[in-house]
Amino acid sequence: MSESLIFTQGQRGRFATAQAPMPTTMETDLPQEYVRQTPLGLPEVSELQVVRHFTRLSQYNFGIDTHFYPLGSCTMKYNPRGVQHMVSKPSLLNGHPLLPAEYGQGLLQCLYELQEYIKDLAGMPGVSLIPMAGSQGELAGVAMIRAYHQSRGDHQRTEMLIPDAAHGTNPASAVMCGFTVKEIPTAADGDIDLAVLKTMVGPQTAGIMLTNPSTLGVFTRQIATVAQVIHQAGGLLYYDGANLNAILGRVRPGEMGFDVMHLNLHKTFATPHGGGGPGAGPVAVSERLKPFLPIPLVAYENGQYRWVSEGDGLPTIGRLSSFMGNVGILLRAYAYIRLLGRTGLQRVAEFATLNANYLMVRLQQVGFQLAYPKRRASHEFIISLSEEKKQFGVTAMDVAKRLLDYGFHAPTTYFPLLIPECLLIEPTETESKQELDAFVDAMCAIRQEMQTDAQLLKQAPHTMPVRRLDDVRAARELDLIWCE
Amino acid sequence: MPFIPHTSSEIEAMLETIDAASIDALFDEIPKDLIAQPFAHIPDGNNEMLVDRLLQQRADQVESLQCYAGAGAYQHHIPAAVWDIAMRGEFLTAYTPYQAEASQGTLQLLYEFQTMIAKLTGMEVANASLYDGATSLAEAILMAVRVNKKRPKRILLIGSVHPYYRQVVQTIVSQQQIELVDIPVESATGVYAAEQLTAYEKTEFAAVVVQQPNFLGCLHATDTITDWAHAHDALLIACVNPMAMALCQEPGQWGDTGADIVCGDLQPLGIPLAFGGPYAGFLTARKTFARQMPGRIVGRTQDLDGKTGFCLTLQAREQHIRRSKATSNICTNQGLLVTAVTIYLSLLGDTGLRQVAQTCHQQATALLQKITAINGVQRIGDAPFFHEFAVSLPKPVDRVLTELAQRGIQGGVSLTAMDPSWPDGLLICVTETKTMDDITQYAAQLAEVLA
Repeated sequence: MSESLIFTQGQRGRFATAQAPMPTTMETDLPQEYVRQTPLGLPEVSELQVVRHFTRLSQYNFGIDTHFYPLGSCTMKYNPRGVQHMVSKPSLLNGHPLLPAEYGQGLLQCLYELQEYIKDLAGMPGVSLIPMAGSQGELAGVAMIRAYHQSRGDHQRTEMLIPDAAHGTNPASAVMCGFTVKEIPTAADGDIDLAVLKTMVGPQTAGIMLTNPSTLGVFTRQIATVAQVIHQAGGLLYYDGANLNAILGRVRPGEMGFDVMHLNLHKTFATPHGGGGPGAGPVAVSERLKPFLPIPLVAYENGQYRWVSEGDGLPTIGRLSSFMGNVGILLRAYAYIRLLGRTGLQRVAEFATLNANYLMVRLQQVGFQLAYPKRRASHEFIISLSEEKKQFGVTAMDVAKRLLDYGFHAPTTYFPLLIPECLLIEPTETESKQELDAFVDAMCAIRQEMQTDAQLLKQAPHTMPVRRLDDVRAARELDLIWCE
Repeated sequence: MPFIPHTSSEIEAMLETIDAASIDALFDEIPKDLIAQPFAHIPDGNNEMLVDRLLQQRADQVESLQCYAGAGAYQHHIPAAVWDIAMRGEFLTAYTPYQAEASQGTLQLLYEFQTMIAKLTGMEVANASLYDGATSLAEAILMAVRVNKKRPKRILLIGSVHPYYRQVVQTIVSQQQIELVDIPVESATGVYAAEQLTAYEKTEFAAVVVQQPNFLGCLHATDTITDWAHAHDALLIACVNPMAMALCQEPGQWGDTGADIVCGDLQPLGIPLAFGGPYAGFLTARKTFARQMPGRIVGRTQDLDGKTGFCLTLQAREQHIRRSKATSNICTNQGLLVTAVTIYLSLLGDTGLRQVAQTCHQQATALLQKITAINGVQRIGDAPFFHEFAVSLPKPVDRVLTELAQRGIQGGVSLTAMDPSWPDGLLICVTETKTMDDITQYAAQLAEVLA
């Protein structure tokens, strides 16, 4: 199975004539030095060729629509078809971002209500919808923490505390805001090492960035004490909302003591991942960070919705997007919340947790090693294949690739970094018991293969459009664009 | 239960396997005093039919005006095949392509995209997208500071960069104490003048930023500024409208040696206006800078059998590997939009894209001629332009826009609304979506409003 590059399928002079307007002349009145002199280098193909090429390419992908996709920390749940349709009304798709608010009241109302819903979900009084992905939400949150300390003349707070199990975006975002990152170790039971944390805080502490439940698939039980320690030292707490699916409606970050958080609408609120975006990462904040929220915000005054922007004179960290963030994604999350409602949202966490605990126990029963066998799973959990590696020479990567042959997307591999040979498994609430059982069956079959034919695993996958790819070669002999 | 498939007997069986009394018991590690208060604002759920009706009511409260607004978001015709194919579940519901063998569709498409956008901008390498145009400029500046680290963290911005882009850059790069210096445009021309550079002969910059066309729609003479930047050991960052690249000289050809980093927003290439997003940013560069680029990059390689395949590459730059030492914190980017853009560029091809760009330019030129014939309407600046220009009016722009809106026309964008330091002017954009009749109508309506 293979599909040639679109560039090699064309003929000079062929193009999809139905698509382009015919100008009266191709002669330009622009002075010569402003005019392009070279070909554009685009394919010259027919509409049918384009449709066929990209349809074929799509068939080389796994997606939620085609396969169970238990990618840990990514919340690959079903993306309701209805939501897609609801937000694709012509006036919503065609509206210019600078259309004055008075002509776009219906849109602003949706966004205003979404702000209110997110306050509810976060347990925090301020929200900005602007950040366009989780990591931009982190950047916004950390920038607000920085602005807060600076507004108080507290310039010595240069350190951000981050657990070793955190998502890589956390330290990267902290550094983009000029902070030095201090890594906090994890205790043997999977919780944060409180004793070490206490020795690390001080007048230099700007704050801490935490995911709870953590990426280890367990709830950090002493979160209230962590909050107390950080607040007493004068720092603030950042909540990474990547794992919010686990606790939706059960525990709210605001009540756990967090001051600022982002939500991944493309995880918890079922907007599609699109092969790597677009997402949306709205931020929620406590009272003291409200003035610093990124703009624009939506306000409701005297029966009218309006944009709050520069003219309102807030000490905001500023703008983060060309216009108003990923509005289309915000609308999808809005429609999803209206579909599920308060009860439906609570059920999300319940069944995500039920599925994770069920799958964890079943895998343990058939002989796989859990990273934290004494703990409840949150919405995800970790198995470690260190034993299998020792016994059969088979790695977590081999198992991940072999799962593809069995028709399952692989779980997250080699993350968090502190658990060797790990698979981080997140089934989500939308998978059925049958699907989970089938996954366990596949894992059992692979376990058998380890003992009878380890080579089969080492060379997997065998049924994909390509076999295992040489990524060392890709990085060494960079081939990033096609040349004739 | 919406989207949850469990039957009650399955729930029982699962709890039995887990050896838990109830679903509630699965949350027994959460301290009791943290259990949440009920939601105060979130309403009860509804079925698909009723939520669709709600969204329709909201959509009905959004007025559809004939759009002459641009300012960074441009209405172009989007061929039906673009989103028909992009919305296939296999593209729509895939994650970032970490498992390369199960993601060859997305990966090959991204490789084709990187090729198209690199060629369109005349550069050697491209990444797989950033959030949008404004953040692509911020990332380009951070990248230039990394590449040119012997120079001070100071950037020269040639007037006039889109005011919102300018603010986003400020928000992001000020976190790292990068200094921004602006050269304003000359009001007579709408572009910068080479003489303005003499004041900066002795100032060191890591990079010079040129937006082409600039916020007023005007085209800068880019050869001089590119060579000036290089003569002063600064990198040249071009922030461009990719649609304009079908007509105007691409940054790879600017000056003696071309631009160093190119960025911008892909929205004009098949992405609907949609109130500002999701759009997608792009970044292209010289090959020698590839290892300093932010975001995902796809490379072509071989599998165990020597067969061609594609994978994410140079991941050692990225946050999930390098953590605090990554080139950027970006993770999720704008994959689906890039899917649409790649299909759009394939459909239009070389000839088609040139025709779209040429039609935009011709019709904008026609509208400018018609409205400057109206008494008191004057163009701001006289530099060549692509498909957007600014005019001053004999009446306050806000009032004119309101009256045009009452006639069903979004007449453009008020300059002062975007940036209070501008004169009272109207920024107008014409694309291929308007017919000559539309243009004649616009001019007639404007004449009436101004009469």
